[in-house]
Formats: sequence, structure tokens, C-alpha cells
Amino acid sequence: MGAILEVQGLHKKYENSAFGLRDVSFNLPAGAIMGFVGENGAGKSTTIGCILNTLVKDGGMVKIFGKEMGDGATNIRDDLGVVYDSNAFPDHLTPDKIASAMRHMYSKWDDTLFQNYLQKFKLPEKQKVKSFSRGMGMKLGVAAALARRPKLLILDEATSGLDPIVRDDILDVFLDFVQDENNSILLSSHITSDLEKVADYITFIHDGQIIFSESKDVLIYKYGIMRCTAAQFAEIDKADMLAYRKHDYQTDVLVIDRQAMEQKYRGIATDNVTIEEIMLMMVRGRSNG
Amino acid sequence: MDIIITSNTGKPIYEQIASQIKAMIMSGQLETGAPLPSMRALAKSIHVSVITVQTAYENLQRDGFIETTVGRGSFVSARNKDFVQEEQQRQAEEYLQKAAEIGRTYHIAIDKLVEILKLFYEGDD
Repeated sequence: MGAILEVQGLHKKYENSAFGLRDVSFNLPAGAIMGFVGENGAGKSTTIGCILNTLVKDGGMVKIFGKEMGDGATNIRDDLGVVYDSNAFPDHLTPDKIASAMRHMYSKWDDTLFQNYLQKFKLPEKQKVKSFSRGMGMKLGVAAALARRPKLLILDEATSGLDPIVRDDILDVFLDFVQDENNSILLSSHITSDLEKVADYITFIHDGQIIFSESKDVLIYKYGIMRCTAAQFAEIDKADMLAYRKHDYQTDVLVIDRQAMEQKYRGIATDNVTIEEIMLMMVRGRSNG
Repeated sequence: MDIIITSNTGKPIYEQIASQIKAMIMSGQLETGAPLPSMRALAKSIHVSVITVQTAYENLQRDGFIETTVGRGSFVSARNKDFVQEEQQRQAEEYLQKAAEIGRTYHIAIDKLVEILKLFYEGDD
């Protein structure tokens, strides 16, 4: 299956700021959910801005559905659904009114589908958006994005700040969406437990650079953390370490192939890792490049 | 059909899925030719990613338990007695290997381990 979204060598600098994207590249295959993770300010929203062409990139290329995304690519936008972290609709509108506006804006807008989502999310059709809670606003955003029948859904921090029940509802809808194996989702978030549940791939950005873009199962089942004593740490070949972090009484070492390392260094306690731990190790720990 | 996913064992989720489907095939609960749920549908209902179910199905296929045809889905393969025996032996080997590793690490004599295994196998009746 080909890539729905290809990002190649993206560069972006801001004036008066040291921060910038440097050579950001990754591919999102069709039918997959990709979690795009990184700490606040790592470059997630800048990358998404460059993908959507809402930010002007300094270099690199973005291809969506195999076509280059640019100012004139309106046909690509027709197949894109985007949800941001805040309510995007004017306060005085009701879901009903939003539907009548969207109907004229998007060629594939599906009223019945929108009504279904409103019911599923228990959103009142005739209530003003102003009175919605954050969770309701988010659900409305997701409903409106999906009712456009997109093939690629992009969410920028959309599930952050929601309670676990609402997140679960929304994740359910995401898994529904990818029942069609031509549909894909790019989901930026720093809540990694959600991603551990449903994401197929994890792309990790740090300080404007991609650290890895990898299958989630490889990350959580193949990667490992070795909990070492000072003496054990000294024995480990530097080439086997992806990153390490020294604590007062133990040193944690992130390794790529947990099983091989268990064989090579017998007697060192080795754990599976969570995405959160990988992030912490890569950002806080020291790497051996 | 029940598939229980727990975070209590150290077992990867794809292994949990594969081993439970294997068990259902070996016990005859899933008969030859029976269809398995589609990967995407199973992923949705147990709330795991598609790629995890895909890995489970690929392992089942590699081990000869199921067959997958593009566009039609996955089905239980024709069973074979030797094959079941082989699979069970493989499982026993896995546990024995663990015992051997513990023995080696903590210097428990091989004779002692064999003796314990014999005791368990023959029962204490």
C-alpha cells in the first residue's frame, strides 16, 4: 500500500528565533494511524502547518495522495479533514447552522453522517457552540471533519486536555474511520497512552528534528530499557546504547533490540518500554552518537 | 469467541491474540475453514492498532494455523495431528528453556533440574 502522506526534507525557520524544522521526513501509509509525538515546542504544529500549507516552508516537499501540496492544490483539500486543539467555530453558531454552512463549502459533505456523529457524541443540535464544554467542542470538530468524508484526517493536539471517557469515544471513532483501508490519520499528541492503544506508527520529533518514525509494536516490544548498576553500565558497549540516563542508584539504558541485549548482557534487568519512557530517555538522557 | 487482552503478563498484545486463537484452533472451537474476524474489525473491537492484529495474523499464518487470501480474509487451515503435537512440544520447550536459563544463572545442577522435571512428570501418586 502506498503512502498517503509523504514529507521529505522539510525546513522551516522563524525570524528572530533559533527554533526551526531541520530535514523533517516521514511517510504515512494508507490505512494507518500515525501518532506524531514530541514535547511542547518540538515542532509538531509547525510540521502540520507546513503539511497543510498554512505555513510557508523554506524547503522540502509535501505530497498528499501522491500529489504535491501547494497553493493551487484544492482537490487535495477536498479529501482532508483537519481538527485543531481549540473550537474552530464561531460562538453564536449551533451545530445545525454549522451543517448548513458546511454543506455549501465542501463537495462531499454528508449531512446524515454529521447527524449520526452528533447523536453518537450526544451533542445538542440547537445549542450555541459558546455554551459547549471543551470536550463537546472537540467532538464537534471531529464530527465536522469526518462529515466531509476525508481520506486523511489530521489532528493537532485534538485529544489533549480531554477526559478519558471523551478520549475513548473519539478513539473509537478513529478506529471506525480506518475500517476503510484507504483512510489514514495523523494525530499529534503528547498523551502517549492513547497512541499506545491505537497508533500503528509513531513519529517522534525533538527540537525540530525527527528522532525516529517507527512501527509502534517495534518500539514497545523490541526496544527495551536495561536497569544497570554502575558496574554493569561500565560493561555495556557504547554502540549498543541508544541513550542512557544516570540516576542516583541506577542507570537506565535504552536499547533497540531487547532480546539480543538480554542474551549479550546476562543478569541485567530489562524492561519493556512505553512511548513516554522512550521520549524521556531521548530528550533527557544522553545519547551516544 | 473470546479474546482477553491483559497488561498483567509481560506478553506482547499480538502474542496474546495469536496464542488465544491458536488455543481455539487446537481445541476445535474454531474448525477448519472457519473465518476469522477481519484484522480491522478485530482491532476496533479490542481497541488495539491494526498493525498489532496484523502481526498476530502473520504469525498465525507463518505457523500454519490460518490462511489469508487478499480480499477474502483469513480462515483456519486444515488441521494436522503432528502439527498440533509439534506446537505443544514447542510450548514445553519454551518453559524448559526458561528453567535452564535460571539454572545456569544461579548454578543449579543439571541433574537436579532433570530430577525435578521427572518428579513433576510422573506425578506424586
